[in-house]
Amino acid sequence: MSTNEPLAISESQQMNLDTEPEGRWKGAFREMLAGGPGVAIGALILAFLVGSIMIAFTNAAVREAASYFFARPQDFFSALGSAMGGAYSSLIRGSIFNWEAPTFQRMISPLLLTLHNSGPLICAGLGVAVTFKAGLFNIGGRGQMLMAAVFAGWLAFGLPNLPVGIHLIVCILGGILGGALWGALAGFLNAKTGAHEVIATIMLNYVALYLLQYLLATPGLMQNPGSSNPITPATPMSAQLPRLFGRQFPLNAGFLIALLAVAFCWWLLNRSSLGFAFKAVGENKRAAKVAGINTDRMTITVFAISGALLALAGAMQVLGTVTTGFTDGIDGGIGFDGITVALLGGSQPVGVLFAGLLFGAFKAGGSMMQAGQMIPIEIVSVIQSLIVLFIAAPPLVRAIFHLPQPSQVAAAKKAAAKAAKAEAKAAAKKEVSA
Amino acid sequence: MSTVTVDPSTVLPDEGPIEHRIVEKRSVKTATILAVATALLALLLVASPRQGKTNFQITLGNEFFSIGEGGVVAVPAVPFAWICVAIMAVLTVVAFVLSYRYSKFPGWASAVFGLLAVAAFLSWAGAGAQGRLNVVGLIGNAILVAIPLVFGALGGVIGERAGVVNIAIEAQLLMAAFTGAVVGSLTANAWVGLLAAILAGAGVAAILGVFAINYRVEQVIVGVVLNVLIIGVTTFLFSAWLQTDMQRLNSTLEHRFPDIAIPLLSRIPIIGPALFNRPVIVYIMYVAVAAVWFALYRTRWGLRTRAVGEHPKAADTVGIKVNATRWLAVLIAGAIVGIGGASYTLVSNPSFNREMTAGFGYIALAAVIFGNWDPIRASLAGLLFGFAINLQSVLSVIGSPVPSQFMLMLPYVVTLLAVAGLVGKSRAPAADGVAYTVEGH
Repeated sequence: MSTNEPLAISESQQMNLDTEPEGRWKGAFREMLAGGPGVAIGALILAFLVGSIMIAFTNAAVREAASYFFARPQDFFSALGSAMGGAYSSLIRGSIFNWEAPTFQRMISPLLLTLHNSGPLICAGLGVAVTFKAGLFNIGGRGQMLMAAVFAGWLAFGLPNLPVGIHLIVCILGGILGGALWGALAGFLNAKTGAHEVIATIMLNYVALYLLQYLLATPGLMQNPGSSNPITPATPMSAQLPRLFGRQFPLNAGFLIALLAVAFCWWLLNRSSLGFAFKAVGENKRAAKVAGINTDRMTITVFAISGALLALAGAMQVLGTVTTGFTDGIDGGIGFDGITVALLGGSQPVGVLFAGLLFGAFKAGGSMMQAGQMIPIEIVSVIQSLIVLFIAAPPLVRAIFHLPQPSQVAAAKKAAAKAAKAEAKAAAKKEVSA
Repeated sequence: MSTVTVDPSTVLPDEGPIEHRIVEKRSVKTATILAVATALLALLLVASPRQGKTNFQITLGNEFFSIGEGGVVAVPAVPFAWICVAIMAVLTVVAFVLSYRYSKFPGWASAVFGLLAVAAFLSWAGAGAQGRLNVVGLIGNAILVAIPLVFGALGGVIGERAGVVNIAIEAQLLMAAFTGAVVGSLTANAWVGLLAAILAGAGVAAILGVFAINYRVEQVIVGVVLNVLIIGVTTFLFSAWLQTDMQRLNSTLEHRFPDIAIPLLSRIPIIGPALFNRPVIVYIMYVAVAAVWFALYRTRWGLRTRAVGEHPKAADTVGIKVNATRWLAVLIAGAIVGIGGASYTLVSNPSFNREMTAGFGYIALAAVIFGNWDPIRASLAGLLFGFAINLQSVLSVIGSPVPSQFMLMLPYVVTLLAVAGLVGKSRAPAADGVAYTVEGH
């Protein structure tokens, strides 16, 4: 049986309400957060274990030594040791402190690179986290970043005569507007037509990608004049984010903006009435509706704010990271990394800050591993996604490391309490009889 | 057309006899869409008239009979396009009349309408070009492009019908393409490669199953993370391992599935060479579509699978093991997607390349939704998207005025409109994406 149109739409919305049990995402996060440090450490160990196996498997010396393993096993283990040592020492030297560098400046430059990398990652993670809090999922970070790059880039190349500080601010605000509009479009589709936000944002990613490709390939739009390659002109100096420690270090004001964004999100989610409404919708949409919250408007607002935060990441890329002209790969996969950052950070602004720093360090160290040890940088995304997978399934990690399951802990506590009670009773009885 | 009956329980018995009314409603949606499409094409022809003729290559020479001169038919571009538009206009009027009479516009008429629209557009786009528009190649290559989309969509339909959202189609396609390339190259045998690719697809599905079914992690999250993981794993192994010995590990040039001509069928003009002179995976695809439809709608397994996707608790109550059924469905779906992934390295390309699936898993997901979670309609949606993607490359060869980026955008825009309820109605299985906990365990 089919129904007529308006009915069909309201019915599908109704269906969404009915089929999504309240706090569906919340349950997932409670599980993750309930994991505690034991599970987090276990997840890290497991992820690095798998990463190490992959590094060992592809290391030429290790494979050669493995071919005569039974004749001389010590060769195999020394090759394995040097492969692992080389990989992880370059991971640390590339991300935190390079003790092999000749000058002190060069020694601390990896740490500054880590901070530089983490700026866009933190913003993207915050953007995804905000939607998680409202019971929604924004996987359209790529599209929102690309639209932000279009807006910010267009303002950067198109208005070269603006004064230095104003130009930068105009570009950032323009980029935020672009991403917020693209995010709000997804929210609008979800709120007004019942389209699933995951599908809508995935599709909008591709629409944005091809839109940008069209702009890049068409002379007179965003293509660099005089070039036939799909690349924009360089970002003018007046629109670039100022570098914090001189030209030789890439760290720019983007990191400070990311810190401000963390503070803003903390305020938004923990102190503002808007954030309270977001969380109310996320915990129980129907209850929020009954309480008088306009859930449709909240969905659109959440997606606009999320898009704005991802746009910040996109603007940082154009105005800080890639200033020599950008291509359709300007998002650098950060839109998707933002999802893993948000998950790892438990959707809490401060957690996202640390998760972003960790992933920024992975990115910096991964480049060093690739350059020095010929280990492809993709090992980083493997390890990152494994960490998130394992953290998302605490019972699995507990089972692997024989950590006590929470239910067992509770049962044991109960049993202990019972035993103590019984003992006390018995003691009391004894006393009485005595 | 729809029927709404008044629920008898809402009518009190002493209010007279219960009246059952059948309320019929007119749906002008199809007719409106046809009218808009016709108007857009007419507008295109008016706004940008083009000169010259369009050369359609209809037959290749091996068919029962040849059409045109050396298989080429030259038509005056704009008049031909106008004729097509005129017939489309007539069909639109018919659609309005039918909707006025509460009748449905038949599906085959929609197909005819679509064919006419494509013919008119191609005739306009190819006007005055020196090259020929190879109709056989247009359809045949669309089939090849659509293989991963159709298999991906079939896998997606099975998984979601069982209540497991599969965002990881992309990961399954990529892992299968990788495994197919490596095993196919090492064993110098495409069949062994295909088998390995099927296992690889099912292997990725098993990871999805462990986390989504056993550990009840949010399915969309598992899918997204799996995509990132498999892109990372395959690219890592490609750079660190395959590239050290491409000739031995990653070269299926001589071991790919060859074209197999089906006797008689392959000699039918146009559709013969396009549909029946293809690698064996294409024939597997034809069979798979029918088999999945039959399995889902006509077997006990299919009924149980759909039951756990719609109402797991009810299924559990009547003794169906919900999570075991879901596990089986997820594994079968992964194996089917694996066949599609194998087509990348055992049919279309001579080697594996990094991220070679290029987001086709997401298009397959779009096809699942656009096809309303039905295997046949999802497969047709996959074919349609394959045709649009292929059309874009054909048009760029003959020099079309439409920017290729907008053709590439088409599947995604269509899907957006579909999920927004503007094109057709989409309704997911009720328990799609919801993990099931057996009570008392």
